[in-house]
Amino acid sequence: MSSTLTIGCNKEELVKIRQFTSDMLEEHHVPDLQAHKLVLAVDEVCANLIIHANDCNPSSRIEFDIDFRPKQIVFTFRDKGTGFDINEYESPSMEEIVSSRRQGGLGLMLVKRIMDKIEFSTEKNHNICRLIKMYP
Amino acid sequence: MAEITTENKDGIHFITVNGEIDAGSSIYLDDALKNALGNGEKKIVADLSGLDYISSAGLGVFISHLDEFNQQKIQLTLFGINETVKQVFDILGLEKLLTIVESKEAAISSFNE
Repeated sequence: MSSTLTIGCNKEELVKIRQFTSDMLEEHHVPDLQAHKLVLAVDEVCANLIIHANDCNPSSRIEFDIDFRPKQIVFTFRDKGTGFDINEYESPSMEEIVSSRRQGGLGLMLVKRIMDKIEFSTEKNHNICRLIKMYP
Repeated sequence: MAEITTENKDGIHFITVNGEIDAGSSIYLDDALKNALGNGEKKIVADLSGLDYISSAGLGVFISHLDEFNQQKIQLTLFGINETVKQVFDILGLEKLLTIVESKEAAISSFNE
């Protein structure tokens, strides 16, 4: 079963995607602590797409889809912004983040630690990012 | 969505955070910490008992000030983090970098250690 939400590239839309994800996970009886982590990973990727890939342009759109498959949940983002493959991003170490006094760098580290698999592809003029979480 | 209040009491600067801190609202937390720095506060307590959600943007605010806090001998203690929020700190191992305690009383006494 799959459910879809489309949002504009505005940081205020993050609350919508979190609520949507949370509702879907609750509907599928995903335990609260696990659901919270998955919502966080979705929020992080979405914030990244809004801010970096689409420059917070509210007329740009992100289509988000959650697919509950046997043994796995697949979260898919489609947008037309600047393509970015999370797998190719090397997160800075925590020591580097602290000493550089930067605020960024933690989000994708979280996504990589929470999700089991991340896929990135480009089809026609769309970027597609898939986050995959396996469950027993 | 996020509500941040501050209070000075007995030489301690309290920052109370309620609601959700994400990429849109983390700037308010950053402002609160920058104001504390600007006012020369040396003992800061962040009351997170009303915090329902924090993303990397909010965590990044705490982490981005750590180096400066250490250099200026400013002590920051966090308390009241609920179980769901705490797991986010745990995923990144932030309990090793930040002083995190259970209660307000423990936060206050952390400055006497």
